[in-house]
Amino acid sequence: MVVACTLLLLLLFCWPRLQAQTDCLSCHGDLTMQDAAGHNVGVDANLFHASVHGSLGCSACHADIHGYPHPDHPAPVNCANCHSEQASALVGSVHEHASRQPCTACHGNAHAIVSKDSPKSAVYPLNIPATCGRCHGNASMAKQHHLSNVYPQYVDSIHGFALSKEGLLVAANCSSCHGDHHILSHKDPHSPTYRTNIPKTCGSCHAGILAKYMAGIHGQAMVQGNPQAPVCTACHTAHAISAPTMAESTHVCGNCHQRQLTTYRDTFHSKVSSLGSYIDIARCSDCHGEHGILPASDPRSPVNRANLVKTCGRCHAGANAGFVKYEPHANPRNFRKFPILYSIRLFMVLLITCVMTFFVLHSVLWLIRSLVEKVQSLSAKGGR
Amino acid sequence: MKDQSIRIEGNPSQTQAAAGGSAEANPETERYFVRFTPMQRWMHVIMFSTFLGLAATGLTILFSANAWAQHFALAIGGFGAILFIHKFCAVILTLEFLYHIGNIAFRIVVKKQTGLLWGPDSMVPNLKDLKDMLGNFRWFLGLGSKPRLERYAYWEKFDYWAVFWGMIIIGFSGYVMWFGPFFGRFLPGWALNAVQIVHGEEAVLAATFIFSIHFINGHLRPDNFPMDTTIFTGVQSEEEFQHRHAEEYQRLKAEGRLEEKLACKPERSLLKASKVIGFTVVAAGIVLLILSVSAYIRE
Repeated sequence: MVVACTLLLLLLFCWPRLQAQTDCLSCHGDLTMQDAAGHNVGVDANLFHASVHGSLGCSACHADIHGYPHPDHPAPVNCANCHSEQASALVGSVHEHASRQPCTACHGNAHAIVSKDSPKSAVYPLNIPATCGRCHGNASMAKQHHLSNVYPQYVDSIHGFALSKEGLLVAANCSSCHGDHHILSHKDPHSPTYRTNIPKTCGSCHAGILAKYMAGIHGQAMVQGNPQAPVCTACHTAHAISAPTMAESTHVCGNCHQRQLTTYRDTFHSKVSSLGSYIDIARCSDCHGEHGILPASDPRSPVNRANLVKTCGRCHAGANAGFVKYEPHANPRNFRKFPILYSIRLFMVLLITCVMTFFVLHSVLWLIRSLVEKVQSLSAKGGR
Repeated sequence: MKDQSIRIEGNPSQTQAAAGGSAEANPETERYFVRFTPMQRWMHVIMFSTFLGLAATGLTILFSANAWAQHFALAIGGFGAILFIHKFCAVILTLEFLYHIGNIAFRIVVKKQTGLLWGPDSMVPNLKDLKDMLGNFRWFLGLGSKPRLERYAYWEKFDYWAVFWGMIIIGFSGYVMWFGPFFGRFLPGWALNAVQIVHGEEAVLAATFIFSIHFINGHLRPDNFPMDTTIFTGVQSEEEFQHRHAEEYQRLKAEGRLEEKLACKPERSLLKASKVIGFTVVAAGIVLLILSVSAYIRE
């Protein structure tokens, strides 16, 4: 009896909706159906029933349609009626005015939307980059909005590979860093991609690195408001992040530390690395560390005087107190800091200049005299 | 070989005399005279081979920022190969240098050949060299006649001593770099930086000098063009002898020792090999010279 009553109630409650869907689909179920303006107004009944909205009646969204005949131009659907939280998040975001239908621009056909946990969803973690890439992989669109064309960069990045090749749900996709409905410009201080928010954003996955970074000189400088302090993206870039290869690290550090890069280039360390096939060579991070870099004055720094024998000794077996007095960033062109090396280099350059000048002069004069004598002897013979 | 070299310089061998005799029998045939002993010729071969190996690999390291250096390194197996060849050649050249020092010391101390230190056959610069040099400049400018040179011209002595001191400086600094932790124990801190500067700059000087001035003086100047094969064959013709080392020729003739130096005309095959090797080395040197000088100036 109770079961029968429940079934009856359910039937009574659902009937009008089912009735409505069936009614609408009797026309709109034809996939080729078009309105007067030529827009496709057909609905795939199977996809619709399988969608998250499949249990809703058509008028739940198309609220201004109560029966047939209905107006030629029904009012636009307002997703915010149900999804108010998402709708208010969209307000103020970069996408607020991006499209007349901002919801379906990302979520796809409203009659086929599936749960975000379904691998078929346009906003399933593994599908998000392709979804965003529909606009952000378009070079002319990027140019129009003064954006860089980031999608191709992401696809080839370590995050992109983790997602596309390994299928890792934890791999960072667009919304991992940029958020979803309330995406803000990186110039907005509230944005997770605003310069000083970046360490926290990256740190939401890379927590261990974040802790080291914050303890290091770069993180400290960032906290103290130094506008030149590097955040994660300064070294790793944002979208094109690749697996760190040591060969490129010197250029990256050199972007800021130009003088150190120049003096590094004078050293054997640099020469070895630029000739390749010999990766086992000291680059910036091998001596200075990477995320938790400390100033040389800090006793915990690997380049602190007290730690040099150990640091250099990692490669140079037998390193000793005398050996580590070598100045890896010496600049023989700087007289004030390195007067002895400056003088030695000056002497050598003068020696080269004097010897070569003398002998070039010697050779040129000799050449001229020899040619003169040749011509004279030839003309003398010709005279006879 | 060593015995032979001393024999040739000290007492002429039977074969030399016999060769001289046959040359005298045919006055139309041009006579040839020994200038370098087989030992000296081999020393030169070893020296230029290792020097070329050292220069090619060393300049590649020094100018590693240049594309040509990186391509060359890649072609022969990367930095590991470059450094191996550099050290290998360095050890050979060091051994040759030590042999030379030992040989000279032995000849001076034991054999009492004091002529090595002074006298007309010596490599030690003297007043005549200064006069020859000034005389040569006068001749260049058309203000006097060509100076009459002894066994070794002043520029040849400069070549010898430049290489001599160059090897001490470049060799020592090279070994300090090679065995840094060892030398670090007793050298001051700045010395480890200094050896790097000195090694590189001295290398540029040596390479530039050898690949331009030495090639011009030895081979490319109009008198010797395109190649003086004496250092390879060991002999020079009588005309060349009179022309290039007039004072020595005169002296030996006056002392009646000219015939002691008589030699056979060099074999055609030896002459040919000399030219092939010589031109190859000169060409390789000039390529390195152009690459290095352009890289050095750009720095």
